[in-house]
Amino acid sequence: MKFKFIEEKIVNLLMILATLIVFGFFASIIWTIAKTGFPSLTWEMISRLPGGGFYLGKEGGILNAIIGSLMIVFASTVLGLIISIPVVFYINVYLKKTSRLAYFTRLSFDVLFGIPSIVYGAFAFTIMIFFGLKTSLLGGIIVITLLIIPIFVRSMDEVAKSVSKELLDATYSLGATKLETCKVVIRQIAPGIATATLLSIGRAIGDAAGVLFTAGFTDNIPGSPNDPVATLPLSVFFQLSSPIPEVRERAYAAALLLTIIVLILSIAGRLITRRFSKNRIK
Amino acid sequence: MRILTIFSLFALLIIGAGLYFKSSAILNENNLWSLISGKEWSPLSGQFGFRPFILGSIYVTVLSVIIALPISLLTALFLTENTKPWVTKIVFPVLDILAGIPSVVYGLWGTLIIVPWIADSLGPRFVDYTSGYTLLAGGIVLSVMIIPLLVSLFIEIFSTVPKDFKDASASLGATRWQTSRLVVLRKASPGIIAAVVLSISKAFGETLAVLMVCGNMVGIPHSLFDSAYPLPALIANNYGEMLSLPMYESALMFAALVMFAIIFVFNAVSRILLQKVEQKFKL
Repeated sequence: MKFKFIEEKIVNLLMILATLIVFGFFASIIWTIAKTGFPSLTWEMISRLPGGGFYLGKEGGILNAIIGSLMIVFASTVLGLIISIPVVFYINVYLKKTSRLAYFTRLSFDVLFGIPSIVYGAFAFTIMIFFGLKTSLLGGIIVITLLIIPIFVRSMDEVAKSVSKELLDATYSLGATKLETCKVVIRQIAPGIATATLLSIGRAIGDAAGVLFTAGFTDNIPGSPNDPVATLPLSVFFQLSSPIPEVRERAYAAALLLTIIVLILSIAGRLITRRFSKNRIK
Repeated sequence: MRILTIFSLFALLIIGAGLYFKSSAILNENNLWSLISGKEWSPLSGQFGFRPFILGSIYVTVLSVIIALPISLLTALFLTENTKPWVTKIVFPVLDILAGIPSVVYGLWGTLIIVPWIADSLGPRFVDYTSGYTLLAGGIVLSVMIIPLLVSLFIEIFSTVPKDFKDASASLGATRWQTSRLVVLRKASPGIIAAVVLSISKAFGETLAVLMVCGNMVGIPHSLFDSAYPLPALIANNYGEMLSLPMYESALMFAALVMFAIIFVFNAVSRILLQKVEQKFKL
């Protein structure tokens, strides 16, 4: 056999091996989290606040972290959508394809996308000190909003860019204003918005480094935006550093919960993309 | 809309300026170079040398890219050039989920699987004693975190290489690997570099996972089995005490500024490169 065919065989084997390694990592992560988490994932865990001596292994649950995470994620997703949809429309409908402003806006969002959450956290912390805010729900929401706006803009822009020029021209020729054209565009990018939302929820719920500075941690459900708030990833992190085995087991359970949420979001994202795609004009 | 757009353009500037403003106190007292290259870290006596942390970050990042790059390249080539559609249908969701798993879960996995593995089976073959919380553990965990990013970027880049090129190569009798090596990889090389740079900046900024597995001992690591203390871990570990000591806050903000500057440059360069690649093939 010629050398090139032997080479081909070897490389093919290596490729399959590499893909299997990726699979292996995936399986190992899911298996580890499920195996360690399931035994301690009880109804009490998700339905109760931490009781007295919770961090010494006594009774209680992580409802504070679940509610806290949900509050932050919901508020920042809504805020993020409100801010990023106009930006996406502006650079895609109002500006020309060759516009300098659009180019630099895209570039700056690309860079913002790469800035790690801990830098956002540190930055937001300095702002909060500047305005005299304490670690609070509000601070957490601000950081997470900052963090997910680039995700929103980038993934919606990706879809909005592919809306055909003819479609826009057709609406203009019917006498539509730019704002009315946006209504047509929003139909076209609906699946994009949906997947972008799920993507940012996933990122927002899993982020810990940003809220470490700004949201604080508490055993209660916050009553006002100025109260500190607990989040799931931080709850995993803090309980994991405990020397008591019962507490560490709760961290495993909380991590499992977090993973399940992310899994659901990811599957829902695929389904939604498939369903909403029917309005698309290629 | 215009105001929002223009405001977002300035967001980067504001973040940079804010961090610089906060770290200006420490920059006034020490010069930049002595901060970056200094080895002594003792906040109590006002000594702030960032070299162990910067080196720790660089080592962990480079290690993770070395591990992740061959795996992702081969996987991406396999998925784009060599395999049937049903395989990609299974692999894509897996990559999606891997990309979505929160870093704290990766950290947990690292402490449960990778750290004991290094401490019990891998470490003793090479060194006398290791706790497992090492540079190597950080590198492995980070590499798993950047593999999904790298693979999806590579797939995007490989699919921009025109099919005509591949057909031409195949018609000359090249095997698939020869086509991949001599046509696809060569044509996509600027894109590959850009993707790697992007993943470097992602790995560089990753906080919680490295915080959990790297060991966090101040000192320059000398081998794979020493513990490391990367910059993000430094910030995350000490934010609680930073208001209690003079200059400490400023020092930590300087750490954030260093990360911001490095990632800013890396990201901007790689994005511009990627756009060039896309334009070149779009014609």
